[in-house]
Amino acid sequence: MPPPAHGTPRVPDWTSLARGRRVRPLEWLAERVLMALAFTALVVICLIFLFVGREAWPIFAGRVDSSLARELQDVIPPEDLDKTPPERLRLYLGLTREQFAAMDRDTLRELMEVRIEAREQIPDDKDALLNTVRWRYLIGPHQWTGYDRPVYIWQPVSAIHKYNLVPLVVGSLKATLVALAFAVPLALAAAIYVSQLANPRAREWLKPGIELLAGIPSVVLGFFALIVLATLMQRLFGYPSRLNALVAGVALGLAVIPVVFSVAEDALTSVPRSYAEAALALGSTRWQAAWQIVLPAALPGVFAAVVLGFGRAIGETMIVLMASGNASILSWNPLDSVRTLTATIAAELAETVVGGHHYRMLFVIGVLLFAVTFLSNLAGEWFIHRLRARLEGQR
Amino acid sequence: MNPAPTARLRGELTTRHREPVSFFCTGLTGLATLLILAMLGLILANIAWHGAGSLSPRFIFGSADRDMFDPAKAAVGPMVFGTAARVILMTLFVIPIGVSTAIYLTEYARGTSWWTRGLRSAVNNLAGVPSIVFGLFGLGFFVSAVGGSLDALIYPGNPKPVWGKPALIWASLTLAVMTLPVVIVATEEALRAIPVGLREASLALGATKWQTVVRVVLPQALPGILTGGILAVSRAAGEVAPILFTGVAYYMASLPRSLTDQFMDLAYHVFVLSTQAPDVDKSRPILYGTVVVLLLLTFALNVVAILIRARVRRRLRQLG
Amino acid sequence: MQMKSTTSWVPRRFLGTTLVVLAAGTCPGAHAATITVKGSDTMVILAQKWAEVYMSQHPDVKIQVTGGGTGTGFAALQNQQTDLCNASRKIRPKEVETCIRAFGRRPTEYRVALDGLSVYVHADNPIEELSMEQLEAIFTGRITNWKELGGPDARIILYSRENNSGTYEFFKDHVLQGKDFAAQAQTMPGTAAVLQAVSRERYGIGYGGAAYGVGAKHLRIRKDAGAPAVEPTEENVINGSYPISRYLYIYVNPALDKGPVAEYLRWIRSDAGQAVVKQVGYYPLPPELRTR
Repeated sequence: MPPPAHGTPRVPDWTSLARGRRVRPLEWLAERVLMALAFTALVVICLIFLFVGREAWPIFAGRVDSSLARELQDVIPPEDLDKTPPERLRLYLGLTREQFAAMDRDTLRELMEVRIEAREQIPDDKDALLNTVRWRYLIGPHQWTGYDRPVYIWQPVSAIHKYNLVPLVVGSLKATLVALAFAVPLALAAAIYVSQLANPRAREWLKPGIELLAGIPSVVLGFFALIVLATLMQRLFGYPSRLNALVAGVALGLAVIPVVFSVAEDALTSVPRSYAEAALALGSTRWQAAWQIVLPAALPGVFAAVVLGFGRAIGETMIVLMASGNASILSWNPLDSVRTLTATIAAELAETVVGGHHYRMLFVIGVLLFAVTFLSNLAGEWFIHRLRARLEGQR
Repeated sequence: MNPAPTARLRGELTTRHREPVSFFCTGLTGLATLLILAMLGLILANIAWHGAGSLSPRFIFGSADRDMFDPAKAAVGPMVFGTAARVILMTLFVIPIGVSTAIYLTEYARGTSWWTRGLRSAVNNLAGVPSIVFGLFGLGFFVSAVGGSLDALIYPGNPKPVWGKPALIWASLTLAVMTLPVVIVATEEALRAIPVGLREASLALGATKWQTVVRVVLPQALPGILTGGILAVSRAAGEVAPILFTGVAYYMASLPRSLTDQFMDLAYHVFVLSTQAPDVDKSRPILYGTVVVLLLLTFALNVVAILIRARVRRRLRQLG
Repeated sequence: MQMKSTTSWVPRRFLGTTLVVLAAGTCPGAHAATITVKGSDTMVILAQKWAEVYMSQHPDVKIQVTGGGTGTGFAALQNQQTDLCNASRKIRPKEVETCIRAFGRRPTEYRVALDGLSVYVHADNPIEELSMEQLEAIFTGRITNWKELGGPDARIILYSRENNSGTYEFFKDHVLQGKDFAAQAQTMPGTAAVLQAVSRERYGIGYGGAAYGVGAKHLRIRKDAGAPAVEPTEENVINGSYPISRYLYIYVNPALDKGPVAEYLRWIRSDAGQAVVKQVGYYPLPPELRTR
């Protein structure tokens, strides 16, 4: 999504011009409706921020317990249903008061039987008592039973749920860095060429041509990477695993190019022509003018382009879901498969029980993604602001 | 933009300075531009080459209830329908809200008040939120929270949820939220392109503010608003991540009949065919065919949007 | 004739249905016999085939099928977002507990087909058979080179399934004895993707339903080092000599197990439904488990 166009003239405040006129009731109503709709938009946007945060909050607040301690407590045999005090029974079965009140005897009995079955399936494992959604397990390494050293692993579907975020964060960064390494030089070069060096007639079709790349849906890029690119690149480079960070990164790069290109091109075009013309008049070549005068002047805009490209790459889902191999390995080798934050949500959200710890962990990932893209957006806006201030100051 | 003086200079410069470094670097950047276009061309050519053969009216509009993975029988009619339905519904939500918000922001709100600024920065940030986060939001908010409470209100005690499950309406609403910034930004841009003089003239002739906005400003801004709508539709048509949990179905024997039905979808079908078909090599023609249909849909919309926008921008330049 | 009817209905209904879709949201309960099916990706083709055949005989019933994985199906069953849940493994006590909490009853379990789990390698791989211990060592990451198994000197590329898949959990429970998969295992969104990857990857190994498997070699499996290597054929799976076989299940909320849903479930387990199982490539239930 290219950022909002900037530099368009702002409509001067003409609100005051219309003041003091007779107000027609119907128009007054229509204007209120307009305001209400705008307000709805704001509310909906705020809801997203609030809602994703709300679902993740219990983990941040340390209120979720994924340990199996409750299952490991003493068993009450189903025959004792009538002998057990109701309050104790309710706590034993982990029910809320309303749930407990709504259940008949058969249901309670059934629940008690299931509790015994569940007890039998719990692994005989010291890790069963760990609350694995605490931050030390989410971020730090831990030596789980059966492993010979402390590891960072994401294995949410397992007898012991292992939710270490490090491999996913590294995976996302790895794919994103590959994408930027591939896309930024190409897109910047193209932006310089199109805005400064190409003749105006070529410019007319080069720009929309490159922007057309943004019109390819990401699922199509993912499909292309999976079916064509992966095979092609493996044949070219002969590395062992077919789907890896490199393939995903290159496909991701294709999605990033139009973002970086259009922001950078906008920035370069917004540098007043007089800059370049002055340089040309002093005898420099067009390239020298572009490289030494226009580019440095537009530098904040170029940073904005890179930052916004980063935000686009780290938030992309379908391409990495299809082309990255989705193995949560912790390594910096771009030829290994990666599992990214976004692909993890896409692959796992549907299987989770609403309100469960796995569900909440995926919302934590959502918050993380949200925070990262929010910051990169903010940084991008700040750079664009700097660019504008700089150009307006010196004009 | 006035190319005349530089064009004249250009002629002199190329003869005067054939400085090798500049020449080389210019070539390099030109090559990068070509490379990007070549990659775009290669992708499209590959898809067109393999996919064109599968295209036929039967493939595009036929029903899928024979065999989804058999190239001789498969068709994407229900997917085309599902995609169209979710996108049309989305438009019904996003256009009124988006356009009203933009009108409010440019024509009514004071640019400096806290809540205008808040609204603007919220919209800008919304534009950068990853699409999968909208999926999270759609499932958690629309499906579980809104749908769940609707069920509790309308059908208390009914074990089978009607609203509280993935459905066409929730997918469309999720997409509408996602594309809100596209519409708002495009509409704002279009509104700002209209000179204040026009508004002042209208007011001077005795029109009220509302009349000015509705009769003078909006008709002028229509192409820009249209572009925004088309861009939103084109973006939404190709998105999979937000609908993954909010409404799409792998297989349905009939078309969705109500807002609470699930639906099949073109973009999701591309995902299904490339990762879950029993024999990917055999079903490849269907896969490529589906991709072509999806691309035709989104590209056609994009090209229209680019053309309209170019016209609007040209006029903006003339006026500015 | 058939062809003609399929082509002509769409354009005419296209507009009409759009309008109906837009208008009908207010009365969603109007069409009664819709059965939603969700769950195992392994079973999605089977479920779709069942749905097609059944609907052609009962035009009044509409069935919608979604995949997503067994875990997804159970989650939807617990969240009451589906009628039937396809599962390629048995339900876990924890899931039963959540179901009871959600709708007060233990979900009813139906065994609906039998499946063998094949281990695939590339067609050019010289390895023909492996024992269960070797499989465990390979997939937990203890053996990482084909050389250790008597094959070529090359790294083993592991292909696994997404963790929402019942196949993943079944393999984990029965072959890996509950241990974690090696982190190096690439996770694929479907059995087909595993197969596709293995058929292109010279040194790859993956697992999945025996019904799939065009393009890659199915290994013979030994129960332990001394036992004979058994091929995943219908006979071997049904008589139980092939060590990695399982039932496929459908779970249903007992409150919904009546009327058309119950009817459909009966049909699935009848001879007619089991004929479809065979057609799709799974193995039918032994006669004593069928309905009449």
